[in-house]
Amino acid sequence: MSDQAAHRRFVKEIGSVDAVGIEERVAKYATRSIKNASKIFGLRLAVTMVDLTTLEGKDTPGKVASLCVKALQPHDDPTVPCVAAVCVYPSMVKYARRALGDKSPVRIASVATAFPSGQAPLKTRLAEVTAAVGDGADEVDMVINRGAFLAGEFQRVQDEIVAVRDACGRATLKVILEVSELETYDQIRAASFLAMRVLRPGDFIKTSTGKTSVNATLGNNQVMIEAIRDFYLETGIAIAMKPAGGIRTAKQALQFLIAVKETLGDDWLNNTRYRFGASSLLNDLLRQIEKQRTGAYQAPYYFSEAAESY
Amino acid sequence: MATVSAKKSTHSATRTSGRPAPELIFGDLWEYDPSPETADPKLKGRYELFIDGKFVAPAAGKYFDSINPATEQKLAEIAQAEASDVDRAYQAAKKAAAGVWGKMPGKDRGKYIYRIARLLQDRAREFAVAETLDGGKPIKESRDFDVPMAAAHFFYHAGWADKLDYVAPGRRVVPLGVVGQVIPWNFPLLMLAWKLAPALAMGNCVVIKPAETTSITALKLAELFQDAGLPPGVVNIVTGFGDTGAAVMAHPIAAKVAFTGSTEVGKIIMKSLAGTDKKMTMELGGKAANIVFADAPIDQAVEGIVNGIFFNQGHVCCAGSRLLVQESVAAEVLAKLKNRIKVLRVGNPIDKNTDIGAINSKEQLTTIQRLVASGVKEGATMFQPACKLPAKGYYFRPTVFSNVTMSHRIAREEIFGPVLSVLTFRTVDEAIEKANNTAYGLSAGVWTDKGSRILKMSTELKAGVIWANTFNKFDPTSPFGGYKESGFGREGGRQGLFDYGKLS
Repeated sequence: MSDQAAHRRFVKEIGSVDAVGIEERVAKYATRSIKNASKIFGLRLAVTMVDLTTLEGKDTPGKVASLCVKALQPHDDPTVPCVAAVCVYPSMVKYARRALGDKSPVRIASVATAFPSGQAPLKTRLAEVTAAVGDGADEVDMVINRGAFLAGEFQRVQDEIVAVRDACGRATLKVILEVSELETYDQIRAASFLAMRVLRPGDFIKTSTGKTSVNATLGNNQVMIEAIRDFYLETGIAIAMKPAGGIRTAKQALQFLIAVKETLGDDWLNNTRYRFGASSLLNDLLRQIEKQRTGAYQAPYYFSEAAESY
Repeated sequence: MATVSAKKSTHSATRTSGRPAPELIFGDLWEYDPSPETADPKLKGRYELFIDGKFVAPAAGKYFDSINPATEQKLAEIAQAEASDVDRAYQAAKKAAAGVWGKMPGKDRGKYIYRIARLLQDRAREFAVAETLDGGKPIKESRDFDVPMAAAHFFYHAGWADKLDYVAPGRRVVPLGVVGQVIPWNFPLLMLAWKLAPALAMGNCVVIKPAETTSITALKLAELFQDAGLPPGVVNIVTGFGDTGAAVMAHPIAAKVAFTGSTEVGKIIMKSLAGTDKKMTMELGGKAANIVFADAPIDQAVEGIVNGIFFNQGHVCCAGSRLLVQESVAAEVLAKLKNRIKVLRVGNPIDKNTDIGAINSKEQLTTIQRLVASGVKEGATMFQPACKLPAKGYYFRPTVFSNVTMSHRIAREEIFGPVLSVLTFRTVDEAIEKANNTAYGLSAGVWTDKGSRILKMSTELKAGVIWANTFNKFDPTSPFGGYKESGFGREGGRQGLFDYGKLS
């Protein structure tokens, strides 16, 4: 069968998404009113789900070290939990490992596979993965081959994911679909299934690199968590989810968590199944937690900066 | 073709090897705290009749209680009008129609209607809370739908008031005079707006009776009429029970009567008015088919099914109460629907997170219970989520019946509650046949990715409103009304406006 016939059959098999309908659905999450204890629970949960990220050309070992300290202790209030992971470029993994040590509760995630474009030979991309894991990365955030996907070469996209998965060894894999380059919800659903069918339980699908104009939205998050739900109910394999980029406020984070609670249920409300790829989000979460504790907003300079916006 | 689909079959194989089917847990790990809307509804202890621009006591001095269906507590006393009160209202309306309103230039009438719309927007939260307390609907619906949509109807028709020359191009359209209107309890304020706005824009004066369980927001709106300086007698509101309504419908001054309510009462009204020269419009019951084809976007269809039947506790005449789903996807749709219903939040309607509020009255709750019992007895399979209901107040769990056949009562009678009957079909023709096999014809929904099929269905379905890949969408510019026993006449749009005038 030709690639394109396979592509057509695949899209038909997994079903379509109505854009108007999905946006109407997610608009309802924004009308949920989260108060008092449930707000504090949500905010703290969100802190534990942050992949604190710095992905800049100007990253240095010193910057990464300071990011790691922030990740371990986000706020002077010692009851605030640490974040899930730091997320850095492969060349920075060894510095992160040095800063965090071997028994850190904070994991190290490394983007790899010629992030963010993925436009490098497969051999080079795999070598990058191997190097990052060798330097101590617990998790690898790969990008899919969007060019191949849009050309209808689904098999190639999937084979590459398999190759990266195998190169990861014991490291968790996160597959970045780069949703803004796939453009339609139908394509996002197709790419989600394409990835999930070759992932291991506990691996992630992830919205974006954070390097394009549109990143995580409630809409594309919804399409992906519905795909995760359908795949789980069909196979029993639980895939995790990571929206990344564009989630800067605590309010947004709570809306994403509401979507998770009402679509995937309680089993996904933890950082092995759900993450936020973000940097400035963390301080807004802390600020809101302080607001709940003290009843007043504190100035931004009371919260240590560890990364620039993402 | 290797892993793109082959991998899937290995996964399915693992599942069949004896492990329990995976399930989603919608538990209490992260509960939402109560989040009540706190705006002051500014209720009075007692509401009088609104006649000739003033609040006046009923002739017989009788009052009845309006209660909050969510708590069963009394909210206010409402005046009970008798025939002499209704007559007083009609005399006031007649005087206003002849003396002021009928003669006023359209652009001036428009100013008043715009003013009403803006005042309603200004006090939207207050009205939303009052509507929720009085009727039991979730605050998120009264806040995001009922009140804004009521204001939108006033705005839209205010715009028509000075453009009546374009209602029937080339002909002159004149008002009918005085119209009598009776409205239901499911959307008290919105139905009031649907009825009043076109009547006023066209230059008619009105005597209107709200439903006995939901009179408060109508009388609150009367306060706005005073604030807006609406001339006395243009709108008169009489409250009471069925006999008051009958007096409003039968009064000799009424040139036209408009009724929204049950088909049963609509028939009684039509019989009583046979032989008079009154114009009539009737917006009655429904048993809408919501038709899901196999190629539909299933998750969005499920969302539309939920909006279609659980919106306003299913107290919606155009509710999608019959789900017709193509056999090849029936199991999938039903499974997804059940998971979706598990996260619906049933409870105190004033809580901003409540999805399904209180049933409007004890009587309605009894009706729903009776029809649901008949569904169980006739052999349909019932599903209800395990949600907790408040100890006091009238509540009913969202309910889905599967294995329903066309001859079951729950597939034929309007339940007017959060109860969905699921039927299946195999072909397009069968879907049309089943959808049209009802005495009603108010609305229908079609879910498919195929555009040509939507067009075919919209011509074949005998229903006044047909939604494609959505449900329960309303707009003041869009005419709404029924076929067959769902009534006649339209509300909204140019067509609805024209039902309040005549060619001179």
